[in-house]
Amino acid sequence: MIDSLNALRDAALAAVDGVSSLAELGEVQVKFLGRKGELTQIMRGMGKVAPEDRPKVGQVVNEVRSAIEARIEAREAEMSKDAQRLKFAAEAVDVTRAGRAPKKGTLHPLTQVVREISDIFANLGFEVAEGREVEQEYYNFEALNIPEEHPARDMQDTFYVAPGTVLRTHTSPVQVRVMEAIQPPVRIIAPGKVYRCDSDVTHSPMFHQVEGLLIDEGITFADLKGVLEAFIHEYYGPDMGVRFRPSFFPFTEPSAEVDISCVFCKGSGCRICSHTGWLEILGSGSVDPAVFGFVGYDPEKVQGFAFGIGVERIAMLKYGIDDIRLFFDNDVRFLSHFR
Amino acid sequence: MNISINWLKDYVDIEETPQELADMLTMAGLETASITELGEGCEDIVVAQILKKEQHPNADRLSLCQVTDGEETYPIVCGATNMVEGDKVALARVGSVLPGNFKIKKAKLRGVESHGMMCSERELGLSDEHSGIIILPKETAVGTKLVEALGLPDTVIEVEITPNRPDWLSVVGVAREISANTGRALKMPPSEVNEGIDSATEATSVEINAPDLCHRYTARFIKGVKVGPSPLWMQNRLKAAGVRPISNVVDVTNYVLMELGHPLHAFDFNKLRGGKIVVKRAEEGEKFTTLDGQERALTGENLMICDGEGSVGVAGVMGGLNSEVSDETVDVLLESAYFFPPNIRATAKALGLSTEASYRFERGADIEGLVTALERAARLIVETAGGTVLKGIIDNYPTAHDKRRITLRVPRIAQVLGLEIASGRAVECLKGLGIEVIEADDERIVTLAPTHRVDIEREIDLIEEIARIVGYNNIPSTLPRISIQPGVPAGERPFYEKCRDLLAAAGLNEIITYSFIDPEDDNRIALEPDSPLRAKVKIQNPLGVETSVLRTTLLPSLLRVAGNNVRRGNKDIKLFEVGKTFHPEEGMPLPEEHVRMAGLLTGSREPLTWWAKQDRLDFFDGKGVVERVFSAIGVSDVKYSKADGITFLQPGRAAKISAGLTNLGWLGEIHPDLLDQYELTGPVVAFEISLQEAVKAVEEVGHFPGLAKFPPAERDLALLTREDLTFKEVEEAIFGLNLDLLKSVVLFDLYKGKNIPEGMQSMAIRITYRSGERTLTEEEVAAMQAKVVTELSGKLDARLRD
Repeated sequence: MIDSLNALRDAALAAVDGVSSLAELGEVQVKFLGRKGELTQIMRGMGKVAPEDRPKVGQVVNEVRSAIEARIEAREAEMSKDAQRLKFAAEAVDVTRAGRAPKKGTLHPLTQVVREISDIFANLGFEVAEGREVEQEYYNFEALNIPEEHPARDMQDTFYVAPGTVLRTHTSPVQVRVMEAIQPPVRIIAPGKVYRCDSDVTHSPMFHQVEGLLIDEGITFADLKGVLEAFIHEYYGPDMGVRFRPSFFPFTEPSAEVDISCVFCKGSGCRICSHTGWLEILGSGSVDPAVFGFVGYDPEKVQGFAFGIGVERIAMLKYGIDDIRLFFDNDVRFLSHFR
Repeated sequence: MNISINWLKDYVDIEETPQELADMLTMAGLETASITELGEGCEDIVVAQILKKEQHPNADRLSLCQVTDGEETYPIVCGATNMVEGDKVALARVGSVLPGNFKIKKAKLRGVESHGMMCSERELGLSDEHSGIIILPKETAVGTKLVEALGLPDTVIEVEITPNRPDWLSVVGVAREISANTGRALKMPPSEVNEGIDSATEATSVEINAPDLCHRYTARFIKGVKVGPSPLWMQNRLKAAGVRPISNVVDVTNYVLMELGHPLHAFDFNKLRGGKIVVKRAEEGEKFTTLDGQERALTGENLMICDGEGSVGVAGVMGGLNSEVSDETVDVLLESAYFFPPNIRATAKALGLSTEASYRFERGADIEGLVTALERAARLIVETAGGTVLKGIIDNYPTAHDKRRITLRVPRIAQVLGLEIASGRAVECLKGLGIEVIEADDERIVTLAPTHRVDIEREIDLIEEIARIVGYNNIPSTLPRISIQPGVPAGERPFYEKCRDLLAAAGLNEIITYSFIDPEDDNRIALEPDSPLRAKVKIQNPLGVETSVLRTTLLPSLLRVAGNNVRRGNKDIKLFEVGKTFHPEEGMPLPEEHVRMAGLLTGSREPLTWWAKQDRLDFFDGKGVVERVFSAIGVSDVKYSKADGITFLQPGRAAKISAGLTNLGWLGEIHPDLLDQYELTGPVVAFEISLQEAVKAVEEVGHFPGLAKFPPAERDLALLTREDLTFKEVEEAIFGLNLDLLKSVVLFDLYKGKNIPEGMQSMAIRITYRSGERTLTEEEVAAMQAKVVTELSGKLDARLRD
């Protein structure tokens, strides 16, 4: 009987090794180890074994069973790995193909620049205020110390919609409206659209400004310089050259134009900076006491400064754009450039 | 304004290079726009004369000239037409090198030899003038070098002068600024006059009938002049400043205008009826012909210079044809006056006539300095045209201008500038600018402002002058100490910015378009005749009719931009804009400004890629974008209702969007009839939503209800319904049962066609039930499902599909 057990073992092991699929393996298992399998058949002859030999034969039976089971398990593991390998090979992809995702849109470059500027001033403690685009002449001019029939009106070609009503030529009317509404301290920036009747490669009849106004006790021209330098160094990097030069705005005094080192030639002089090495980027000044008169602030008690940044100008310098009309032409190829 | 450095040197020593000088002026507030070197590379050019001019034998457009430089005569073929025989011209002979390294060679032009070239100003780098060749004044000597004849080489600095500084609008004015900045002396040009014996006041008189508008009128009488060309040096300087030379008398007035900045006018005295001047307002409706030959209509607001009978000039703007100095003029009355600036500005604007004179008068002339200008001009007229200056200045000065007395508190300088300036240093700065200091101590400085500085009226003006002279770059930079307190409320801007981000994230490109549109756009988008959107704010002075009204909807701009893009081959277009529309309000001075968000999508749903079909997008792509934005900003109760009345949308694919009772906007496919004019092909989906209404419907994020502990029960139903039944109706019917445990109803398939009877559709929906307290039993769910099925079949005639 031990011989037939050993023969069964050898036959079973050979059969396991010989299978080529999990199904065949199952058949082999049933054939040798099943309830009606060959091992069971042999064990039916146990009754004929001498009682003293039975433990020994029993042990051999167990060994044979274990050996076959172990081989089946090993073979099964081996075969499922093969099957998985085949499956993976069949499911392999070209990893260089594009991913599946909806195309992302873009924010207009002017929106992006307005946000960049606003964020810097927000970090400096300024709050965002907004104003009307169709504005009374009073807020656009008179209250900013630009009386009717003053030559300073020539500085801004104005669109009129009715007598006394204009498309605002600058964001400065927001200054007046805010000062009318609240008492100092005031620190606001006001981004928005402005309008002037002028159109060529550097002038658009509609463009954007970011207005700034800071008013409190003891604010000086030196503070104006400090805040605007902080802005420029944040926006263009700490090494950017800055200069303030005298200018004229009716609503500020002293007034200053602010130049940065030419971003194209690094200050050595080129066509874009008219060989001066400097580029004008914003206008500014200490708030003229006359403006405080219009809003009922006491110029002996509070002082402040205001500035106005041309957004298109900043964007044109930043992205090397030489025609302002591109911003409003809205060609998708242009828009898509600004991620 | 163009400033010649050679001319400047007459009044102040210049030690700087042109670039250094330009930088100095820029940092003083006179921004320099350009520096031009004149006469560089023109050393070889000589003055020559055309002896003979005839037609080129083989070319209609060319002439053949015989030109002499005094030694030799050259045949020259020339394409210009502005010269005649005898003219003095600028000749480049064979071998000369022109600016730009252009070498003149012997040439044969259409078979005729040409030995040189007669040059235009542009060819010599003198200006952009290229309409003809240079014609020099007759008295120019043949054979002299051109650079000598023109007073070259010279450097011209173009400066931009701010409207507060009319005193800079002259060569002496700029020299004065250089003097203040360098401490070098200002050398005024001579203005002493040798007077004759006869008295001017006996020969003529000046009467001012409008002293509110004419604050001073002075005059000189010069008898016996001989009108002719002015000297070459004067002509050259006028030309360099952009003024055309006319005659000695007229040129002197223009020369002094450029030199001292005060406008003058010369009358032919013998044409003045009654031999006198009367300054008064024009007659209402009066017609008057100015020097330029134009007849002008005047009003009672215009100030006129008149003689004994009528007008002879528009005060401060332009003289009249009837009293013009001509070749026959013998006696000259020279005017130097001060007019009220706002009035001159109003007149110049009303007449559409801005002149060198009006430009200066409207900014403010120097009421004391005008006599110097008068004297200087009288002297130059005698020098260049002969004659005798009669004795005495006629000076009618009804409104005396006292010099303004201004007190500066010394501590105030530091309070404004953030830089301590000692009283002594401040005094130095002010005196350098010609500001008189009457008293000064450590506390205060009392000053008198010079009359040419019309901009200095207040303490702050003096502080600005000190800052300018000290130099802005010598003022420190400090950061202010600011108090923390809430100021202006943040407003709705963060909300608008979030919408922009969401739309960009949804794949749309942001555009920014003009707020003004074409009134014709209303018809292009087929607005109903009585649509309130047709009420527009109109621009009175638009750049063109196509930008003449403020928009009431963003749609026309989106359609135009989409069309432009498609025309340029950008096929798949997804655009949005967030901007204002403008709506006139009856009886209100200002229109309502309304913030809207609009989008437009057309072309393929997905870009050309391996994973997506190239399907054209439609209504639901637009709706998806809108729903995503609403869901992300927290507007949940949004209703989309069929809106076939919107004329610019295709009926059946148009929806009105609302939240509660508030109309938020519209969504739909643009009506195919409108697409051709924009060269678009459908479907084009668009939407427009009022953001300032939407923001009111935003709900705060509420308390978190906790995670559900028990599993949901999901049941699918396949329904056969009439084909126009909306899912909304199904959803409302089911929720109408008020089943406590019902959580959601989702449509997941919609089908018409094969196997579905005509006029019917198949709708597959999934219903989810869930309890917060227990796992639902099969019986409970089945009972609720049965109610649903009964309701749907009873109310909506929806049958279960087998």
